Amino acid sequence: MIATLPRPAWLRAATTLYVAAFLIFLFLPLVTVAVFAFNNAPYPAPPWRGFTLDWFLGNETSGRVGLFRDAELLGSIWTSTIVAVWVTALSVVVGTANAFLMERAQFPGKSALSLLMLTPLVIPGVILGISILAFASRVADLCGDLFGIEADFLRPGLPLVVAGQFSYIVAISTLTISARLKRFDHTLEDAALNLGASHAAVLRTITLPYLRPALIGSAAIAFLMSFENFNTTLMLVGSDPPLTIMMYGRMREGATPVLNAVSLFLMVASALIALVLIRRGRRPESG
Amino acid sequence: MPDAAVSAATTRRLLLALLLAPALLWLLLLIILPHLDLALLSFRERVAPRQYVTSLAQYRTFFSEPLYWHVFVRTALLAALATALTLLVAFPIAWTIAKLARGRMSALLLLVCLIPFWVSETVRTLGWMILLRESGVLPALLVHLRLTAQPVELLYHDATILVGLVYTSLLFMVVPLVGSLESLDNSLIEAAYDLGAKGWSILREIVIPHAAPGITAGCIVVFMLTLGNYLTPTLLGGKNSLWFTEQIYTQFITRFNWEQGAALGFLLLALSTVMVWLGLKVSGQRFADVMRRA
Repeated sequence: MIATLPRPAWLRAATTLYVAAFLIFLFLPLVTVAVFAFNNAPYPAPPWRGFTLDWFLGNETSGRVGLFRDAELLGSIWTSTIVAVWVTALSVVVGTANAFLMERAQFPGKSALSLLMLTPLVIPGVILGISILAFASRVADLCGDLFGIEADFLRPGLPLVVAGQFSYIVAISTLTISARLKRFDHTLEDAALNLGASHAAVLRTITLPYLRPALIGSAAIAFLMSFENFNTTLMLVGSDPPLTIMMYGRMREGATPVLNAVSLFLMVASALIALVLIRRGRRPESG
Repeated sequence: MPDAAVSAATTRRLLLALLLAPALLWLLLLIILPHLDLALLSFRERVAPRQYVTSLAQYRTFFSEPLYWHVFVRTALLAALATALTLLVAFPIAWTIAKLARGRMSALLLLVCLIPFWVSETVRTLGWMILLRESGVLPALLVHLRLTAQPVELLYHDATILVGLVYTSLLFMVVPLVGSLESLDNSLIEAAYDLGAKGWSILREIVIPHAAPGITAGCIVVFMLTLGNYLTPTLLGGKNSLWFTEQIYTQFITRFNWEQGAALGFLLLALSTVMVWLGLKVSGQRFADVMRRA
């Protein structure tokens, strides 16, 4: 029932209870992860044995390797960052080109292309991963057989991870940027052109500034999706794993609370990105 | 001035080519060719080292090996169940956000619902593992409340996998549901109420038909993501998870049997595509609209 209609008291109470239960369900895992980052115990499990910062600062002498001393974990955060920067840059640039292509240009086969651009979003990430892995290996083999060139960047490793994540994240960037370009008021451009501005100047001083919120928003989303990607990355990763893959490996072995520490670090980082976006007056986009 | 006209046309064509190039390279090199290659791979069979023949052997293996198709059917059913549960859990919240809460409260509630999904799935799964494993928080709590004598293992059950999948999918259901419920005119519900309709018939005759596009969009996206999920089932289900993406990983990465892995991958892709198509057919919607909505 809606707010303007009378609702019996039991229904009101039930609604409140349900919302409360739902919020507990949503936040319980996150709170648990955060709390056990500070538990003074070798495993992230109850009971509570007191507060410690060992899982952030600990070094060899205390017998506990904290996040800031764990070279492997720090290395994987760095790897994830590099991959995410590449994916973000490529996705925003290609996404912008795609947005102009779909909103401004006329050419045969446009509607088919626009449909094709959405397909990466309905292909499971694992399949994207294996198909790119198989194709890249075939091309690398061909290069080796025909020209005697070792195309190492086509073997599992970071370049393939970037390609795999880009292949679907760019579809999201394209949608976000196109949506804003579609609402653009053409008369602004026409006015500038009439007043003698060149096409390049119009693009630089009018169209791109107008697109800025969409560009920043899609960059933040691309960065986050790349940083958190697991499925596609799993299939394409080589010898230096990004953070999600590293965490997955350790979670299977039963890791120390250093994973909680790195998770807390991730939560704070995503919260900051979210805050920046919300302050710009936008709702966070879904995936 | 024909020269100027010609050069303007040339510039335009050049610009079009420049804009088309990245899109075509992306779709051709990362989507179309890799999938064609995967298809070719799935239709060949190794008869001797570096000797291959075209055959249906990989697909025959899938049907003759009970493990493969059992896991396939199991994954599809659990994914469908997870989708239905997600809809049930998300609908009251979406209703509260769209129809009961007002103004800032509604925006705040939606925001609070979105926050957990800014955090990586790995982190959320870690949380569930700490909560549910035998030495974890909930089993300890159950012992403390004297509900169980010994800590029980709550991980590694199908129900655990479902909880994890529903949790991970909620956002993709709540957002399209809120969108389609917000556009429902309150006066329709008031009119139905004044004419004596009860809650259930209002839901069935007015709300659900109106929200159908949002429901379909949410269900399609959730089913697809659940079917292709790897992290949640393998970590929360452990060795018992028997999730189809895990079979693909095993064939591709562990056993290095790419032909079999490609066939399994194509079957998963086919199932996913058929379900998306069916969802659209049943609700009479266009693919592009659904993707934009989601």
